[in-house]
Amino acid sequence: MSVFEWTPLETAAKIKKKEVSVREVTEAALKRVGDVDAEVGAFLRTEEDYALRQADIVQKKIDGGEELGPLAGVPFGLKDNICTKGLETTCASKILSGFRPPYHATATRKLEKAGVIMIGKTNMDEFAMGSTSETSYYKTTKNPWDLSRVPGGSSGGSAAAVAAREVPFTIGTDTGGSIRQPAAYCGVTGLKPTYGAVSRFGLIAYGSSLDQIGPIAPTARDCAAVFNAISGYDEMDSTSMPLEIDALREIDGGVKGMKIGIPKSYFGEGLHEEVRAAVLAAAKVFAAEGAEIEEFDFPMLDYAVPAYYIIASAEASSNLSRYDGVKYGFRSEQAESLRDIYLKTRTEGFGGEVKKRIMLGAFALSSGYYDAYYNKALQVKALIKKAFDEAFAKYDMILGPVAPTTAPKLGESLKDPLAMYLSDIYTVSANLSGLPGLSLPCGFDKEGMPIGMQLLGKAFDDAKLLRAGAAYQNVTSFHRETPDIAEKGGESA
Amino acid sequence: MKYEMVIGLEVHTELSTKSKIFCSCTTEFGGEPNTHCCPICTGMPGVLPKLNKKVVEYGIAVGLATNCEITPYGKFDRKNYFYPDLPKAYQVSQLYLPICRNGSVEIEGEGFHKTIGIHEIHMEEDAGKLIHDPIFDTTRADYNRCGVPLLEIVSEPDFRSAEEVIAYLETLKATLQYLGVSDCKMQEGSLRADVNLSVRPEGQEEFGTRTEMKNLNSFRAIARAIAAEKKRQIEVVESGEKVIQETRRWDDDAGKSYAMRSKEDAQDYRYFPEPDLAPVVISEAWKEKIRASLPMLPRERKKKYIEEYGLSEYDARLITEIKALADYFDEVNDIVKNPKEVANWLLGDFMRLAKEGEDDSFNILLDAAKMAEIIKMIKENLINRNTGKDVFFAVWKENLDPRAYVEEHDLAMVGDDSLVRDTVAKVLAANPKTVEEYKGGKTKVLGFLVGQCMKELKGKADPGAINAMLRDALK
Repeated sequence: MSVFEWTPLETAAKIKKKEVSVREVTEAALKRVGDVDAEVGAFLRTEEDYALRQADIVQKKIDGGEELGPLAGVPFGLKDNICTKGLETTCASKILSGFRPPYHATATRKLEKAGVIMIGKTNMDEFAMGSTSETSYYKTTKNPWDLSRVPGGSSGGSAAAVAAREVPFTIGTDTGGSIRQPAAYCGVTGLKPTYGAVSRFGLIAYGSSLDQIGPIAPTARDCAAVFNAISGYDEMDSTSMPLEIDALREIDGGVKGMKIGIPKSYFGEGLHEEVRAAVLAAAKVFAAEGAEIEEFDFPMLDYAVPAYYIIASAEASSNLSRYDGVKYGFRSEQAESLRDIYLKTRTEGFGGEVKKRIMLGAFALSSGYYDAYYNKALQVKALIKKAFDEAFAKYDMILGPVAPTTAPKLGESLKDPLAMYLSDIYTVSANLSGLPGLSLPCGFDKEGMPIGMQLLGKAFDDAKLLRAGAAYQNVTSFHRETPDIAEKGGESA
Repeated sequence: MKYEMVIGLEVHTELSTKSKIFCSCTTEFGGEPNTHCCPICTGMPGVLPKLNKKVVEYGIAVGLATNCEITPYGKFDRKNYFYPDLPKAYQVSQLYLPICRNGSVEIEGEGFHKTIGIHEIHMEEDAGKLIHDPIFDTTRADYNRCGVPLLEIVSEPDFRSAEEVIAYLETLKATLQYLGVSDCKMQEGSLRADVNLSVRPEGQEEFGTRTEMKNLNSFRAIARAIAAEKKRQIEVVESGEKVIQETRRWDDDAGKSYAMRSKEDAQDYRYFPEPDLAPVVISEAWKEKIRASLPMLPRERKKKYIEEYGLSEYDARLITEIKALADYFDEVNDIVKNPKEVANWLLGDFMRLAKEGEDDSFNILLDAAKMAEIIKMIKENLINRNTGKDVFFAVWKENLDPRAYVEEHDLAMVGDDSLVRDTVAKVLAANPKTVEEYKGGKTKVLGFLVGQCMKELKGKADPGAINAMLRDALK
């Protein structure tokens, strides 16, 4: 049996039972990346030395009887905007080429403590700005289900790596849908946790008030285990919350008696028919499992996407100002004066999408426009939050689509950026209001591309979403489907 | 035409917290370049700030001491601009909801006693420093000062003279030092003031166009810069031209200022709320706890010195303006219990010696107990007042034991009455002419005879006692 037919939790259980060693699974993962990643392009680079060293350390701990938790020994991939001490961290940007942070992100540190083995950094849209992973300076990631299609973004590398079964799970980040949308496009499970549930320390910021780190894995149960490992209060992040959530404790609790709201507006114009049908079919599954399903009027909030792009871009314009060629990363060799260092480094170091958003953000914050744009966007954000508060007074969770369509073809989206931005319509609201969102595979379109559904919950109801996801996956098998490429190679263990 | 100045001040003070505002690096001054910094204060990718609570406490204390309203729900904002001494390319500051607002400071001096309004006080982080190397024509960045906490205290445009400005700065400095929140060393940059100044014809309501003066490193430089800028602006106006709104840099050596940048090239700082920090919530209880722990401030202390110790208003002000001096005063007075005597000692040569050295510094070299010892020796009639002064000068610099010094140099007054009596007799015998003059009614010559006796006794006698003895003998 291949290592890669096992979920992360199954892999760890086999390691615990000594059926397989940590080094064996780590080497198998590295080999598998070697076998299939030339086609998929999920990884920017692997860190073999580090991974094997960690594998031996973890094996020793396991052999010594140390309790590391339910994922000990499992290899994984980390999105390249999360800092790894001494290991290159680039955000898929030229401007951070060669940057080796002298510190771990809190999430990296916690994962190390949980005994999981980081084997490499996954590709993404440059600075997480994009919905297709095509804005990466280094490479384009392809959708494992159809190599002519995008994996989604910005955590496209992380989602594709799990879909192609290169690693048992990955870590992504989500600022406006960047975990949920690629998970949906790639037919895997992804959680964007509540804002403040996972420390952002060491996550290289895009939109600081929206960014969250979260897991991508084959199942909701695995996501719960990873969530447990990375979540919790961190004194280094003053926006993290002093709450301990154990998402595994009630993972088998089912959905009986839960009230799930279906916002009618989420199923209107613009939503692809096959996606609509798959998500509504999923609602029936929840009903069959004992949940109470009810349609309700939820304001679509036409301004959610513009508000998101103003806030995220404004914060990005400030967050990305530090990449000036003075201290680390790339510096233009053409620069001869201080002004040159700034202008040429940033001109040559940033890609088009990043520059576009920096300009948009700087404009929205500039004197005379602040009230018309940034302040307005904050007001929209407050309205969205209020609408959710009202909805969650009635419902435990809200069910809807993740994206209007399945994965588009490579090269299509960037030709029409406005349409690409609008495809974030179902995901950005969760970031604007800080709520958790879970993306689950719920079907395939007639071209065989995966369809995802999204469960949104109250702040810090991450465990409840995962529990509902697990209940769904107990009685469905969409999450068990794998693309053909997943069958290729990787038989070493 | 007569002109009136209108001045407002922006005072930056570095807080003397042990660690920086958003990380645990030391705030200590100096240190090899880039040894007092970490990924957080140098703004490396992905790091987050963590607010030092002490900075907020200091901000509240200063706000309360300057009669401000304390903002119960405050926020930090980012001020964005590119400069290599600012590694994040934004300064975390407060624009929209600063920690304190609407305060006041009372000032007084020769011929004025007024209230200066405080517009607001906000917390922010300091930037690093660029060091230019002229030999290799390179510029290097030192991030040691990055993230050192600052309070910016913004006054209303309430000043009309340089004297008022200096009096305000003295009062503010004393207040900050009394609170123990800053050491206020201008030469180390822990107290800096920018002067916003405009002129208008006397009697005119409307303000003139103002300039902002920077690089003022001492009170003396501030006074000089104000005088020069007033003169410059009046000349501009008189010549029929307009004052340009701009930032100017004062060159104290040259005694003049230079335009740095005008309003037109002023940067757009694109302020917005700092998303990496939680709001600064200050409860009534927290505020009151800090209020209750505030030390006695200069005003109250001055009042106590006047009312309880009977010092003159002038003396009390001079002593209380410098916290170190007032603390020293209390220490000496606790031992000798004679406030007026102590005040006389401290406000004379003592003050002059303590102010020697760098601009605006105040260094007391002699222990309070030793100062008290000198006063005690005079009171005990061990030495006379003149000897006391000599002893003070002799022991000051090296903090010597004054009683040991008196003994070592045999400066104690002659205790032997018969020796004094013999000396008096000897002097009278040696100066028959003077004795005659005295007896003839020229009593002024007595001073000469006292002097002769003191000379014979090498100064080690009480001139008062000799005076009395001579009168007796000449009856």
